[in-house]
Amino acid sequence: MSLDKATVAKVAHLARIRVPEGELDHLAGQLNGLLGWVEQLREVDTDGVEPMTSVVAQTLRRRADAVADGGYPDRVVANAPDGAEHFFAVPKVVE
Amino acid sequence: MAYRIQGETGEWEVVVGLEVHAQVISNAKLFSGAATAFGAAPNSQVSYVDAAFPGMLPVINEFCVEQAVKTGLGLKARINLRSIFDRKNYFYADLPAGYQISQYKDPIVGEGTIVLDLSDGGTREVGIERLHLEMDAGKSLHDQHPSKTYVDLNRAGVALMEIVSKPDLRSPEEAAAYLRKLRTILRYLGTCDGNMEEGSMRCDVNVSVRKVGGRLGTRTETKNVNSIRYVQQAIEYEADRQVKLIEEGGQVVQETRLWDPNKGITRSMRSKEEAHDYRYFPDPDLLPLVLEQSWVDRVKQTLPELPDDKKARFMADYGLSAYDAGVLVAERARADFYEAVAKGRDAKMAANYVIGDLLGALNKTGKDIGESPISAADLGGLIDLVTDGTISGRIAKDVFAEMLETGEKPSVIVEKKGLRQVTDTGAIDKAIDDVMAANADKVAEYRSGKDKLFGFFVGQVMRATQGKANPALVNDILARKLKG
Repeated sequence: MSLDKATVAKVAHLARIRVPEGELDHLAGQLNGLLGWVEQLREVDTDGVEPMTSVVAQTLRRRADAVADGGYPDRVVANAPDGAEHFFAVPKVVE
Repeated sequence: MAYRIQGETGEWEVVVGLEVHAQVISNAKLFSGAATAFGAAPNSQVSYVDAAFPGMLPVINEFCVEQAVKTGLGLKARINLRSIFDRKNYFYADLPAGYQISQYKDPIVGEGTIVLDLSDGGTREVGIERLHLEMDAGKSLHDQHPSKTYVDLNRAGVALMEIVSKPDLRSPEEAAAYLRKLRTILRYLGTCDGNMEEGSMRCDVNVSVRKVGGRLGTRTETKNVNSIRYVQQAIEYEADRQVKLIEEGGQVVQETRLWDPNKGITRSMRSKEEAHDYRYFPDPDLLPLVLEQSWVDRVKQTLPELPDDKKARFMADYGLSAYDAGVLVAERARADFYEAVAKGRDAKMAANYVIGDLLGALNKTGKDIGESPISAADLGGLIDLVTDGTISGRIAKDVFAEMLETGEKPSVIVEKKGLRQVTDTGAIDKAIDDVMAANADKVAEYRSGKDKLFGFFVGQVMRATQGKANPALVNDILARKLKG
Protein backbone atom coordinates (compact mmCIF):
# COMPACT_ATOMS: atom_id res chain seq x y z
CA MET A 1 0.00 0.00 0.00
CA SER A 2 1.34 3.35 -1.02
CA LEU A 3 -0.07 6.83 -0.60
CA ASP A 4 0.09 9.34 -3.41
CA LYS A 5 0.21 13.08 -3.01
CA ALA A 6 -3.51 13.55 -3.69
CA THR A 7 -4.46 11.06 -0.96
CA VAL A 8 -2.22 12.79 1.54
CA ALA A 9 -3.83 16.14 0.65
CA LYS A 10 -7.30 14.62 1.13
CA VAL A 11 -6.47 13.04 4.48
CA ALA A 12 -4.96 16.33 5.67
CA HIS A 13 -8.10 18.18 4.61
CA LEU A 14 -10.41 15.67 6.38
CA ALA A 15 -8.36 16.15 9.55
CA ARG A 16 -8.43 19.94 9.02
CA ILE A 17 -4.64 20.11 9.02
CA ARG A 18 -3.24 22.71 6.64
CA VAL A 19 -0.32 21.26 4.67
CA PRO A 20 1.48 23.52 2.17
CA GLU A 21 1.67 22.05 -1.34
CA GLY A 22 5.46 21.84 -1.12
CA GLU A 23 5.35 19.56 1.92
CA LEU A 24 2.98 16.94 0.50
CA ASP A 25 5.68 14.82 -1.15
CA HIS A 26 7.80 14.82 1.97
CA LEU A 27 4.80 13.87 4.12
CA ALA A 28 3.76 11.13 1.70
CA GLY A 29 7.25 9.65 2.03
CA GLN A 30 7.07 9.67 5.83
CA LEU A 31 3.60 8.14 5.91
CA ASN A 32 4.60 5.45 3.42
CA GLY A 33 7.53 4.62 5.67
CA LEU A 34 5.13 4.10 8.58
CA LEU A 35 2.76 2.04 6.46
CA GLY A 36 5.63 -0.10 5.27
CA TRP A 37 6.59 -0.83 8.83
CA VAL A 38 3.01 -1.82 9.72
CA GLU A 39 2.94 -3.92 6.57
CA GLN A 40 5.85 -5.91 7.97
CA LEU A 41 3.67 -6.98 10.89
CA ARG A 42 1.40 -8.81 8.45
CA GLU A 43 4.12 -11.35 7.99
CA VAL A 44 3.39 -12.69 11.46
CA ASP A 45 1.00 -15.67 11.34
CA THR A 46 -2.04 -14.69 13.47
CA ASP A 47 -4.42 -17.42 12.31
CA GLY A 48 -6.58 -18.53 15.21
CA VAL A 49 -5.30 -15.79 17.53
CA GLU A 50 -7.94 -13.62 19.21
CA PRO A 51 -7.37 -9.91 18.56
CA MET A 52 -5.88 -8.31 21.66
CA THR A 53 -7.99 -5.39 22.86
CA SER A 54 -6.03 -4.51 25.97
CA VAL A 55 -2.56 -5.14 27.34
CA VAL A 56 -4.00 -6.09 30.72
CA ALA A 57 -6.82 -8.54 31.27
CA GLN A 58 -9.78 -6.29 32.01
CA THR A 59 -13.34 -5.78 30.84
CA LEU A 60 -15.20 -2.63 29.92
CA ARG A 61 -15.96 -0.57 33.01
CA ARG A 62 -19.59 0.43 33.43
CA ARG A 63 -21.41 3.11 35.37
CA ALA A 64 -24.85 3.06 37.02
CA ASP A 65 -27.60 5.20 35.48
CA ALA A 66 -27.36 8.01 38.03
CA VAL A 67 -26.97 11.74 37.51
CA ALA A 68 -23.63 12.51 39.13
CA ASP A 69 -22.15 15.20 36.93
CA GLY A 70 -22.96 18.45 35.14
CA GLY A 71 -24.54 21.57 36.57
CA TYR A 72 -21.52 23.81 35.96
CA PRO A 73 -22.18 25.71 32.72
CA ASP A 74 -19.77 28.49 33.81
CA ARG A 75 -16.86 26.09 33.79
CA VAL A 76 -17.98 24.36 30.59
CA VAL A 77 -17.91 27.59 28.59
CA ALA A 78 -15.03 29.20 30.50
CA ASN A 79 -12.50 28.65 27.68
CA ALA A 80 -14.86 29.50 24.82
CA PRO A 81 -13.54 32.37 22.65
CA ASP A 82 -17.10 33.63 22.22
CA GLY A 83 -20.46 33.01 23.83
CA ALA A 84 -23.63 34.40 25.38
CA GLU A 85 -25.94 33.22 28.17
CA HIS A 86 -23.91 30.03 28.62
CA PHE A 87 -24.14 29.17 24.92
CA PHE A 88 -21.00 28.68 22.85
CA ALA A 89 -21.07 31.05 19.89
CA VAL A 90 -19.47 30.22 16.54
CA PRO A 91 -19.63 31.81 13.07
CA LYS A 92 -23.03 31.06 11.55
CA VAL A 93 -23.14 27.55 10.08
CA VAL A 94 -26.42 26.92 8.37
CA GLU A 95 -27.56 24.65 5.54
CA MET B 1 -52.71 -1.66 -3.43
CA ALA B 2 -49.23 -1.27 -4.80
CA TYR B 3 -47.83 2.25 -4.92
CA ARG B 4 -46.75 3.16 -8.45
CA ILE B 5 -45.32 6.27 -10.04
CA GLN B 6 -46.68 6.75 -13.53
CA GLY B 7 -43.77 7.97 -15.67
CA GLU B 8 -43.46 8.79 -19.37
CA THR B 9 -41.78 5.44 -19.99
CA GLY B 10 -43.96 3.24 -17.79
CA GLU B 11 -44.62 2.38 -14.17
CA TRP B 12 -42.00 2.79 -11.44
CA GLU B 13 -41.89 1.51 -7.91
CA VAL B 14 -40.21 3.13 -4.95
CA VAL B 15 -37.77 1.34 -2.62
CA VAL B 16 -37.50 2.82 0.87
CA GLY B 17 -35.33 2.09 3.88
CA LEU B 18 -35.52 4.07 7.12
CA GLU B 19 -32.87 4.92 9.70
CA VAL B 20 -34.50 5.93 12.95
CA HIS B 21 -32.59 7.65 15.73
CA ALA B 22 -34.41 6.87 18.94
CA GLN B 23 -33.34 8.65 22.10
CA VAL B 24 -32.89 6.14 24.91
CA ILE B 25 -34.89 6.78 28.08
CA SER B 26 -32.28 7.03 30.84
CA ASN B 27 -31.40 9.38 33.69
CA ALA B 28 -27.79 9.95 32.68
CA LYS B 29 -25.95 10.09 29.35
CA LEU B 30 -24.38 7.17 27.49
CA PHE B 31 -20.80 7.87 28.58
CA SER B 32 -21.10 10.45 31.37
CA GLY B 33 -23.06 11.15 34.55
CA ALA B 34 -24.73 14.33 33.24
CA ALA B 35 -28.54 14.48 33.14
CA THR B 36 -30.66 13.95 30.01
CA ALA B 37 -33.84 15.92 30.84
CA PHE B 38 -35.36 17.93 27.98
CA GLY B 39 -35.50 21.72 28.12
CA ALA B 40 -32.80 22.54 30.73
CA ALA B 41 -30.82 25.82 30.71
CA PRO B 42 -27.99 25.92 28.11
CA ASN B 43 -24.95 23.78 28.92
CA SER B 44 -26.28 23.04 32.42
CA GLN B 45 -26.36 19.27 31.77
CA VAL B 46 -22.85 18.94 30.42
CA SER B 47 -19.90 17.17 31.98
CA TYR B 48 -16.28 17.59 30.95
CA VAL B 49 -16.62 14.28 29.08
CA ASP B 50 -19.52 15.63 26.99
CA ALA B 51 -17.64 18.84 26.27
CA ALA B 52 -14.60 16.75 25.23
CA PHE B 53 -12.15 18.37 27.60
CA PRO B 54 -8.65 16.93 27.20
CA GLY B 55 -8.00 13.73 29.09
CA MET B 56 -11.61 12.92 29.92
CA LEU B 57 -12.58 9.30 29.44
CA PRO B 58 -15.98 7.80 28.58
CA VAL B 59 -17.51 5.20 30.94
CA ILE B 60 -20.56 3.40 29.59
CA ASN B 61 -23.96 3.65 31.29
CA GLU B 62 -25.06 0.04 31.86
CA PHE B 63 -28.76 0.92 31.81
CA CYS B 64 -28.44 2.32 28.27
CA VAL B 65 -26.95 -1.03 27.26
CA GLU B 66 -29.91 -2.81 28.86
CA GLN B 67 -32.35 -0.51 27.04
CA ALA B 68 -30.72 -1.31 23.69
CA VAL B 69 -30.81 -5.05 24.39
CA LYS B 70 -34.44 -4.79 25.48
CA THR B 71 -35.30 -3.02 22.24
CA GLY B 72 -33.44 -5.65 20.24
CA LEU B 73 -35.39 -8.41 21.98
CA GLY B 74 -38.63 -6.52 21.30
CA LEU B 75 -37.72 -6.46 17.60
CA LYS B 76 -37.12 -10.24 17.72
CA ALA B 77 -33.53 -9.50 16.77
CA ARG B 78 -30.22 -11.25 17.33
CA ILE B 79 -28.31 -9.84 20.32
CA ASN B 80 -24.58 -9.69 19.71
CA LEU B 81 -22.80 -10.70 22.89
CA ARG B 82 -19.71 -8.84 21.74
CA SER B 83 -19.95 -5.40 20.18
CA ILE B 84 -17.44 -2.65 19.48
CA PHE B 85 -17.57 1.13 19.82
CA ASP B 86 -16.01 3.07 16.97
CA ARG B 87 -15.21 6.70 16.35
CA LYS B 88 -17.04 8.34 13.48
CA ASN B 89 -14.93 11.34 12.56
CA TYR B 90 -16.30 14.64 11.27
CA PHE B 91 -16.10 18.29 12.20
CA TYR B 92 -19.12 20.25 13.24
CA ALA B 93 -19.62 22.96 15.85
CA ASP B 94 -21.98 20.85 17.95
CA LEU B 95 -19.62 17.85 18.08
CA PRO B 96 -16.89 18.95 20.49
CA ALA B 97 -14.62 15.90 20.24
CA GLY B 98 -14.53 15.96 16.42
CA TYR B 99 -15.89 12.42 16.46
CA GLN B 100 -19.07 10.66 17.53
CA ILE B 101 -18.78 7.43 19.48
CA SER B 102 -20.92 4.97 17.54
CA GLN B 103 -20.88 1.33 16.48
CA TYR B 104 -19.91 0.38 12.96
CA LYS B 105 -18.97 -3.18 12.03
CA ASP B 106 -20.05 -4.85 15.26
CA PRO B 107 -23.36 -3.39 16.51
CA ILE B 108 -25.01 -4.56 19.73
CA VAL B 109 -28.11 -5.83 17.87
CA GLY B 110 -28.27 -7.63 14.53
CA GLU B 111 -31.12 -8.65 12.24
CA GLY B 112 -34.74 -8.63 13.40
CA THR B 113 -38.26 -8.12 12.10
CA ILE B 114 -41.19 -5.82 12.61
CA VAL B 115 -44.77 -6.63 11.62
CA LEU B 116 -46.69 -3.79 9.97
CA ASP B 117 -50.41 -3.46 10.51
CA LEU B 118 -51.82 -2.25 7.21
CA SER B 119 -54.97 -0.17 6.84
CA ASP B 120 -56.87 -3.09 5.24
CA GLY B 121 -56.39 -5.12 8.44
CA GLY B 122 -53.61 -7.21 6.89
CA THR B 123 -50.00 -7.46 8.05
CA ARG B 124 -46.58 -7.40 6.40
CA GLU B 125 -43.13 -8.22 7.75
CA VAL B 126 -40.28 -5.76 7.33
CA GLY B 127 -36.67 -6.65 8.10
CA ILE B 128 -34.52 -4.82 10.64
CA GLU B 129 -30.91 -4.67 9.50
CA ARG B 130 -29.35 -3.65 12.82
CA LEU B 131 -29.57 -1.51 15.93
CA HIS B 132 -26.55 0.22 17.36
CA LEU B 133 -25.81 2.52 20.27
CA GLU B 134 -24.30 5.93 19.74
CA MET B 135 -24.11 9.33 21.37
CA ASP B 136 -26.13 12.31 20.23
CA ALA B 137 -24.53 15.60 19.18
CA GLY B 138 -25.29 19.01 20.71
CA LYS B 139 -27.87 21.42 19.39
CA SER B 140 -27.09 24.35 17.10
CA LEU B 141 -29.36 27.39 17.22
CA HIS B 142 -29.13 29.48 14.08
CA ASP B 143 -31.82 32.04 14.80
CA GLN B 144 -30.55 33.70 18.00
CA HIS B 145 -28.03 36.06 16.44
CA PRO B 146 -27.61 37.59 12.94
CA SER B 147 -24.08 36.32 12.30
CA LYS B 148 -23.51 33.62 14.90
CA THR B 149 -24.68 30.12 15.66
CA TYR B 150 -25.22 29.29 19.33
CA VAL B 151 -24.32 25.83 20.55
CA ASP B 152 -25.87 24.03 23.51
CA LEU B 153 -24.27 20.71 24.48
CA ASN B 154 -27.04 19.49 26.81
CA ARG B 155 -28.01 16.88 24.24
CA ALA B 156 -24.40 15.97 23.45
CA GLY B 157 -23.69 12.50 24.75
CA VAL B 158 -27.31 11.43 25.29
CA ALA B 159 -27.72 7.78 24.23
CA LEU B 160 -29.35 7.08 20.87
CA MET B 161 -30.35 3.82 19.27
CA GLU B 162 -29.97 3.94 15.52
CA ILE B 163 -32.45 1.43 14.15
CA VAL B 164 -31.93 0.62 10.48
CA SER B 165 -34.58 -1.12 8.41
CA LYS B 166 -33.88 -3.24 5.37
CA PRO B 167 -34.97 -1.59 2.09
CA ASP B 168 -38.25 -3.51 2.33
CA LEU B 169 -40.71 -0.63 2.24
CA ARG B 170 -42.55 0.04 -1.01
CA SER B 171 -44.77 3.06 -0.40
CA PRO B 172 -45.12 6.20 1.72
CA GLU B 173 -47.99 4.48 3.59
CA GLU B 174 -45.82 1.49 4.49
CA ALA B 175 -43.10 3.82 5.75
CA ALA B 176 -45.68 5.54 7.96
CA ALA B 177 -46.99 2.18 9.21
CA TYR B 178 -43.40 1.13 9.99
CA LEU B 179 -42.74 4.27 12.03
CA ARG B 180 -46.02 3.98 13.92
CA LYS B 181 -45.36 0.35 14.75
CA LEU B 182 -41.75 0.98 15.78
CA ARG B 183 -42.91 3.84 17.99
CA THR B 184 -45.57 1.62 19.57
CA ILE B 185 -42.99 -1.08 20.34
CA LEU B 186 -40.50 1.43 21.81
CA ARG B 187 -43.22 2.91 24.02
CA TYR B 188 -44.38 -0.53 25.20
CA LEU B 189 -40.79 -1.35 26.10
CA GLY B 190 -40.23 2.02 27.77
CA THR B 191 -36.93 2.43 25.93
CA CYS B 192 -37.83 5.63 23.99
CA ASP B 193 -40.75 8.02 24.37
CA GLY B 194 -41.15 8.20 20.59
CA ASN B 195 -41.89 11.91 20.62
CA MET B 196 -40.98 13.18 17.15
CA GLU B 197 -41.87 16.82 17.93
CA GLU B 198 -39.29 17.03 20.72
CA GLY B 199 -36.81 15.21 18.51
CA SER B 200 -36.53 12.10 20.66
CA MET B 201 -37.30 10.07 17.54
CA ARG B 202 -35.77 11.31 14.26
CA CYS B 203 -35.76 9.73 10.86
CA ASP B 204 -33.46 9.62 7.82
CA VAL B 205 -35.18 8.39 4.67
CA ASN B 206 -33.37 6.37 1.98
CA VAL B 207 -35.23 6.40 -1.32
CA SER B 208 -34.54 4.93 -4.75
CA VAL B 209 -36.78 4.10 -7.70
CA ARG B 210 -36.81 1.28 -10.25
CA LYS B 211 -38.98 -0.10 -12.99
CA VAL B 212 -41.33 -2.60 -11.37
CA GLY B 213 -39.26 -5.66 -10.42
CA GLY B 214 -36.12 -4.22 -12.04
CA ARG B 215 -32.64 -3.61 -10.68
CA LEU B 216 -32.22 -1.40 -7.61
CA GLY B 217 -31.58 2.24 -8.44
CA THR B 218 -29.18 4.70 -6.82
CA ARG B 219 -30.52 5.98 -3.51
CA THR B 220 -30.55 9.34 -1.83
CA GLU B 221 -30.67 9.91 1.91
CA THR B 222 -32.95 12.65 3.23
CA LYS B 223 -31.98 13.78 6.72
CA ASN B 224 -33.89 14.62 9.88
CA VAL B 225 -37.46 14.38 8.77
CA ASN B 226 -39.28 15.07 12.00
CA SER B 227 -42.85 13.85 11.57
CA ILE B 228 -44.53 10.81 10.04
CA ARG B 229 -46.45 13.05 7.65
CA TYR B 230 -43.20 14.67 6.45
CA VAL B 231 -41.66 11.23 5.91
CA GLN B 232 -44.54 10.36 3.61
CA GLN B 233 -44.27 13.67 1.77
CA ALA B 234 -40.48 13.39 1.45
CA ILE B 235 -40.79 9.90 -0.09
CA GLU B 236 -43.47 11.06 -2.54
CA TYR B 237 -41.43 14.10 -3.54
CA GLU B 238 -38.14 12.23 -3.82
CA ALA B 239 -39.63 9.35 -5.84
CA ASP B 240 -41.26 11.76 -8.31
CA ARG B 241 -38.06 13.80 -8.58
CA GLN B 242 -35.94 10.72 -9.29
CA VAL B 243 -38.34 9.31 -11.91
CA LYS B 244 -38.47 12.65 -13.71
CA LEU B 245 -34.69 12.99 -13.55
CA ILE B 246 -34.05 9.52 -14.99
CA GLU B 247 -36.67 9.86 -17.71
CA GLU B 248 -35.15 13.16 -18.80
CA GLY B 249 -31.86 11.33 -19.33
CA GLY B 250 -30.22 12.33 -16.07
CA GLN B 251 -28.79 10.19 -13.28
CA VAL B 252 -29.62 10.03 -9.59
CA VAL B 253 -26.58 11.01 -7.54
CA GLN B 254 -25.99 9.19 -4.26
CA GLU B 255 -26.11 12.12 -1.87
CA THR B 256 -27.47 13.51 1.36
CA ARG B 257 -30.52 15.71 0.99
CA LEU B 258 -32.44 17.90 3.37
CA TRP B 259 -36.22 18.00 3.80
CA ASP B 260 -37.64 21.51 3.58
CA PRO B 261 -41.04 21.33 5.30
CA ASN B 262 -42.02 24.87 4.29
CA LYS B 263 -41.65 24.24 0.58
CA GLY B 264 -42.44 20.51 0.73
CA ILE B 265 -39.27 19.61 -1.20
CA THR B 266 -35.91 17.91 -0.65
CA ARG B 267 -32.69 19.67 -1.62
CA SER B 268 -29.06 18.69 -1.88
CA MET B 269 -26.78 19.21 1.15
CA ARG B 270 -23.53 19.70 -0.75
CA SER B 271 -21.49 20.33 2.39
CA LYS B 272 -22.15 16.80 3.64
CA GLU B 273 -20.71 15.04 0.60
CA GLU B 274 -17.09 15.04 1.60
CA ALA B 275 -17.99 14.41 5.23
CA HIS B 276 -19.18 10.95 4.19
CA ASP B 277 -15.59 9.81 4.61
CA TYR B 278 -15.95 9.18 8.32
CA ARG B 279 -12.75 7.15 8.79
CA TYR B 280 -14.26 4.87 11.40
CA PHE B 281 -11.89 3.09 13.74
CA PRO B 282 -12.37 1.31 17.10
CA ASP B 283 -12.40 3.79 19.98
CA PRO B 284 -9.20 3.14 21.95
CA ASP B 285 -10.88 4.54 25.10
CA LEU B 286 -13.45 1.74 25.17
CA LEU B 287 -12.96 -2.00 25.37
CA PRO B 288 -15.38 -4.29 23.53
CA LEU B 289 -18.80 -4.52 25.15
CA VAL B 290 -19.19 -8.14 26.22
CA LEU B 291 -22.55 -9.45 27.46
CA GLU B 292 -23.40 -12.72 29.18
CA GLN B 293 -26.17 -14.79 27.60
CA SER B 294 -27.61 -15.37 31.08
CA TRP B 295 -27.91 -11.60 31.57
CA VAL B 296 -29.64 -11.23 28.18
CA ASP B 297 -32.04 -13.99 29.24
CA ARG B 298 -32.83 -12.13 32.44
CA VAL B 299 -33.55 -8.94 30.48
CA LYS B 300 -35.87 -10.99 28.29
CA GLN B 301 -37.85 -12.00 31.36
CA THR B 302 -38.59 -8.32 32.06
CA LEU B 303 -40.16 -7.65 28.65
CA PRO B 304 -43.81 -6.65 28.79
CA GLU B 305 -46.37 -8.32 26.52
CA LEU B 306 -45.66 -6.76 23.12
CA PRO B 307 -48.30 -5.33 20.79
CA ASP B 308 -48.36 -8.27 18.34
CA ASP B 309 -48.81 -10.80 21.15
CA LYS B 310 -51.42 -8.64 22.82
CA LYS B 311 -53.31 -8.26 19.56
CA ALA B 312 -53.34 -12.03 19.03
CA ARG B 313 -54.55 -12.54 22.60
CA PHE B 314 -57.32 -9.94 22.23
CA MET B 315 -58.53 -11.71 19.09
CA ALA B 316 -58.40 -15.17 20.69
CA ASP B 317 -59.67 -14.37 24.20
CA TYR B 318 -62.12 -11.57 23.51
CA GLY B 319 -63.21 -12.56 20.00
CA LEU B 320 -62.30 -9.14 18.58
CA SER B 321 -61.67 -8.45 14.90
CA ALA B 322 -58.08 -7.84 13.75
CA TYR B 323 -58.98 -4.21 13.19
CA ASP B 324 -60.49 -3.62 16.64
CA ALA B 325 -57.65 -5.48 18.37
CA GLY B 326 -55.14 -3.42 16.37
CA VAL B 327 -56.77 -0.14 17.42
CA LEU B 328 -56.77 -1.17 21.08
CA VAL B 329 -53.15 -2.34 21.26
CA ALA B 330 -51.74 0.68 19.40
CA GLU B 331 -51.11 2.24 22.81
CA ARG B 332 -50.38 0.31 25.95
CA ALA B 333 -52.57 2.61 28.08
CA ARG B 334 -55.45 2.10 25.67
CA ALA B 335 -55.11 -1.69 25.84
CA ASP B 336 -54.96 -1.59 29.66
CA PHE B 337 -58.04 0.63 29.76
CA TYR B 338 -59.94 -1.76 27.52
CA GLU B 339 -59.00 -4.78 29.61
CA ALA B 340 -60.18 -3.03 32.76
CA VAL B 341 -63.53 -2.31 31.09
CA ALA B 342 -63.87 -5.79 29.57
CA LYS B 343 -63.06 -7.69 32.77
CA GLY B 344 -66.11 -9.76 33.73
CA ARG B 345 -68.24 -8.10 31.02
CA ASP B 346 -69.25 -8.68 27.43
CA ALA B 347 -65.91 -8.18 25.65
CA LYS B 348 -67.36 -7.07 22.32
CA MET B 349 -69.72 -4.64 23.97
CA ALA B 350 -66.77 -3.25 25.92
CA ALA B 351 -64.78 -2.89 22.66
CA ASN B 352 -67.69 -1.02 21.05
CA TYR B 353 -67.91 1.44 23.93
CA VAL B 354 -64.14 1.98 24.14
CA ILE B 355 -63.47 2.29 20.39
CA GLY B 356 -66.73 3.62 19.02
CA ASP B 357 -67.76 5.94 21.81
CA LEU B 358 -64.80 6.83 23.98
CA LEU B 359 -61.92 6.90 21.46
CA GLY B 360 -64.18 8.65 18.96
CA ALA B 361 -65.05 11.35 21.49
CA LEU B 362 -61.45 11.75 22.72
CA ASN B 363 -60.23 11.99 19.15
CA LYS B 364 -62.54 14.95 18.51
CA THR B 365 -60.98 16.87 21.39
CA GLY B 366 -57.42 15.73 20.61
CA LYS B 367 -57.01 13.93 23.93
CA ASP B 368 -55.46 10.54 24.54
CA ILE B 369 -56.79 7.84 26.80
CA GLY B 370 -54.69 9.02 29.75
CA GLU B 371 -56.70 12.24 29.75
CA SER B 372 -60.09 10.58 29.51
CA PRO B 373 -62.69 12.22 31.75
CA ILE B 374 -64.34 8.80 32.06
CA SER B 375 -62.51 6.16 34.07
CA ALA B 376 -62.44 2.50 33.02
CA ALA B 377 -64.44 1.62 36.15
CA ASP B 378 -67.19 4.13 35.27
CA LEU B 379 -67.39 3.01 31.65
CA GLY B 380 -67.69 -0.54 32.95
CA GLY B 381 -70.42 0.66 35.31
CA LEU B 382 -72.36 2.09 32.38
CA ILE B 383 -72.15 -1.24 30.56
CA ASP B 384 -73.41 -2.98 33.71
CA LEU B 385 -76.45 -0.67 33.79
CA VAL B 386 -77.29 -1.63 30.21
CA THR B 387 -76.66 -5.32 30.81
CA ASP B 388 -78.86 -5.56 33.89
CA GLY B 389 -81.67 -3.64 32.19
CA THR B 390 -81.52 -0.51 34.36
CA ILE B 391 -81.22 1.64 31.25
CA SER B 392 -81.62 0.95 27.54
CA GLY B 393 -78.77 1.15 25.04
CA ARG B 394 -80.38 4.27 23.64
CA ILE B 395 -80.41 6.02 27.01
CA ALA B 396 -76.84 4.84 27.61
CA LYS B 397 -75.70 7.12 24.78
CA ASP B 398 -77.13 10.11 26.66
CA VAL B 399 -75.59 9.00 29.95
CA PHE B 400 -72.26 8.55 28.17
CA ALA B 401 -72.42 12.10 26.78
CA GLU B 402 -73.16 13.38 30.29
CA MET B 403 -70.26 11.38 31.75
CA LEU B 404 -67.93 12.82 29.14
CA GLU B 405 -69.10 16.31 30.02
CA THR B 406 -69.12 16.10 33.82
CA GLY B 407 -67.02 13.06 34.72
CA GLU B 408 -69.83 11.89 37.01
CA LYS B 409 -70.58 8.25 37.75
CA PRO B 410 -73.23 6.69 35.47
CA SER B 411 -75.38 5.51 38.41
CA VAL B 412 -75.48 9.06 39.79
CA ILE B 413 -76.50 10.51 36.42
CA VAL B 414 -79.24 7.88 35.96
CA GLU B 415 -80.73 8.58 39.40
CA LYS B 416 -80.40 12.34 39.18
CA LYS B 417 -82.05 12.57 35.77
CA GLY B 418 -84.56 9.78 36.42
CA LEU B 419 -83.39 7.78 33.42
CA ARG B 420 -84.13 4.40 34.92
CA GLN B 421 -85.78 2.19 32.33
CA VAL B 422 -89.51 1.68 32.77
CA THR B 423 -90.20 -2.03 33.10
CA ASP B 424 -93.49 -1.55 34.87
CA THR B 425 -95.99 -3.04 32.38
CA GLY B 426 -98.81 -0.96 33.80
CA ALA B 427 -97.07 2.28 32.89
CA ILE B 428 -96.20 0.98 29.46
CA ASP B 429 -99.78 -0.25 28.94
CA LYS B 430 -101.05 3.19 29.69
CA ALA B 431 -98.60 4.93 27.37
CA ILE B 432 -99.57 2.59 24.56
CA ASP B 433 -103.27 3.08 25.16
CA ASP B 434 -102.79 6.86 25.05
CA VAL B 435 -100.83 6.71 21.81
CA MET B 436 -103.42 4.41 20.20
CA ALA B 437 -106.27 6.65 21.30
CA ALA B 438 -104.57 9.76 19.90
CA ASN B 439 -103.85 8.02 16.60
CA ALA B 440 -107.04 6.08 15.97
CA ASP B 441 -106.74 6.65 12.19
CA LYS B 442 -103.26 5.09 12.10
CA VAL B 443 -104.48 2.15 14.16
CA ALA B 444 -107.17 1.51 11.60
CA GLU B 445 -104.67 1.72 8.76
CA TYR B 446 -102.35 -0.69 10.55
CA ARG B 447 -105.15 -3.15 11.08
CA SER B 448 -106.07 -2.96 7.41
CA GLY B 449 -102.58 -4.24 6.54
CA LYS B 450 -100.16 -1.32 6.71
CA ASP B 451 -97.56 -3.21 8.80
CA LYS B 452 -94.93 -0.56 8.33
CA LEU B 453 -96.72 1.70 10.79
CA PHE B 454 -95.47 -0.47 13.65
CA GLY B 455 -92.27 1.55 13.80
CA PHE B 456 -94.30 4.75 14.07
CA PHE B 457 -96.12 3.44 17.13
CA VAL B 458 -92.91 2.33 18.79
CA GLY B 459 -91.46 5.78 18.20
CA GLN B 460 -94.54 7.49 19.69
CA VAL B 461 -94.49 5.30 22.79
CA MET B 462 -90.77 5.85 23.33
CA ARG B 463 -91.27 9.57 22.97
CA ALA B 464 -94.14 9.52 25.45
CA THR B 465 -91.90 7.76 27.98
CA GLN B 466 -88.84 9.94 27.22
CA GLY B 467 -87.09 6.90 25.86
CA LYS B 468 -87.14 5.14 29.18
CA ALA B 469 -89.57 2.34 28.35
CA ASN B 470 -87.95 -1.05 27.98
CA PRO B 471 -87.93 -1.48 24.17
CA ALA B 472 -88.55 -5.25 24.30
CA LEU B 473 -91.62 -4.82 26.50
CA VAL B 474 -92.92 -2.02 24.27
CA ASN B 475 -92.60 -4.26 21.23
CA ASP B 476 -94.41 -7.16 22.88
CA ILE B 477 -97.30 -5.22 24.35
CA LEU B 478 -97.74 -3.04 21.30
CA ALA B 479 -97.89 -6.02 18.97
CA ARG B 480 -100.52 -7.64 21.18
CA LYS B 481 -102.67 -4.52 21.49
CA LEU B 482 -102.50 -3.55 17.83
CA LYS B 483 -103.71 -6.99 16.86
CA GLY B 484 -106.87 -5.93 18.71
